[in-house]
Amino acid sequence: MNSAQTMVHLRLNGQSSKVPAGTSIAAALYLCGDGITRQSVSGQARAPVCGMGVCQECRVLVDGYSQLACQTLCAPGMVVQSGDAS
Amino acid sequence: MDAEAIVIGAGIAGAACAYELCQRGLDVLVIDDGPSGATQAGMGHLVVMDDNPAELALSSASLAIWRDWLVRMDSSCGYSHCGTLWIAADEEEMQAAAEKQVRLQAAGISSMLIDALALATLEPALRRGLAGALQVASDGVLYAPNAARWLLGQGGRQGPGSQGSQGGPQGRISQSGQAANGTKSTGSVRVSQAQVHTLEDGCVRLADGSTRSAPHIVLAAGLRAAALCPELPLQAKKGHLAISARYPGMVHHQLVELGYVKSAHERSGTSVAFNVQPRPTGQLLIGSSRQFDTTDSAIEAPILARMLRRASHYLPGLGNLQIIRSWAGFRAATPDGLPLIGPHPQRPGLWLALGHEGLGVTTATGTAHLIAAGICASACALDGNAYLPVRCLQNV
Repeated sequence: MNSAQTMVHLRLNGQSSKVPAGTSIAAALYLCGDGITRQSVSGQARAPVCGMGVCQECRVLVDGYSQLACQTLCAPGMVVQSGDAS
Repeated sequence: MDAEAIVIGAGIAGAACAYELCQRGLDVLVIDDGPSGATQAGMGHLVVMDDNPAELALSSASLAIWRDWLVRMDSSCGYSHCGTLWIAADEEEMQAAAEKQVRLQAAGISSMLIDALALATLEPALRRGLAGALQVASDGVLYAPNAARWLLGQGGRQGPGSQGSQGGPQGRISQSGQAANGTKSTGSVRVSQAQVHTLEDGCVRLADGSTRSAPHIVLAAGLRAAALCPELPLQAKKGHLAISARYPGMVHHQLVELGYVKSAHERSGTSVAFNVQPRPTGQLLIGSSRQFDTTDSAIEAPILARMLRRASHYLPGLGNLQIIRSWAGFRAATPDGLPLIGPHPQRPGLWLALGHEGLGVTTATGTAHLIAAGICASACALDGNAYLPVRCLQNV
């Protein structure tokens, strides 16, 4: 992964963040914060469960569009918003 | 005797029958083997359907009973009084909407014809160019799996999600219905997770070889009843559904194309129709499809795609929404499209409450009233002749 050398800069919930290239958004949310991805309909915090794109618990807004955090790699300049009630 | 009545199947029909029998003072044993059926797979649309007088009578009477039950039910049942908009794409369908209004009116169901402008105001997400709609305000939606659980939980015993700790195959009949002086005030419902292997005279034999006996046995196992009662003329109609992430306020009523009725009553071939339901969570439940001659519950991408294209044809913004899950299930259809409700003509003590096709959640209450009235030999406000199983089981 050559991660020690190559870092990706992006915005996670308004914060400038830096993660090794090849990091998924789900992993980045854990590396840089509490790992929370979304809110349930009753307002409970949700985090990734299956890690393979099935459970839909890791939906976050990426550049304004809903994406699965576990299936999306961090890219330079990305703007990620988690904790949304989607 | 293990109970005064045994109900096989804990879906919405079985749960409603158990609830109503309990209300009338019977101790009821519900036996269910776990795998989900049409109650779990369906939309939970409480809708008056009027394709024939018998269907209209059953669905309208059932909705009236639901209104009575719903005031007692808790919020987990997810009831929403959203009404139905039957969408007319053109003037011909608008004429069909007007005729539908007359039929509904004759059954005491009020509805309102709305023009294109009013429709666009009520549901801005619909495409322009539609002719109008018939609004049936008394319809609603329900989360049927939880409604079934609630109904089963009212008899003093746990619902199907929590059985095992009590009320197993050797569990006792609840005494909660016995007043202190020994006279019975209300009945009880006990749910047992077990597989019924065969129906015998006055009892059911479970997969473990043991038997449970009761003077009345209600078979409410939908399509899976055919394994116990092979003479039942049930046909599986496969349907796909998809559900979106939450988009509150995008759709306000259950939206159904008037052409749905044509599709719903075909007896062969594959069809799709626009049928979208706003869930109380803001999610959109998107249907519908109908297929015959398959019992494979796998999602078929071409059918799902056709169904979603049809939905997008009415709701152009749908393509931008996120679908988070899709699945398929089966409706239990009878040859004439009406359910089988009442005594089995050749098997004494056996009652049938099945074959509701896509209308089982709506008509579960009317079914329960008919079954309970039959078992208790009491009068029923609803005339059940049209649904008697004898019409399909005369020559077996």
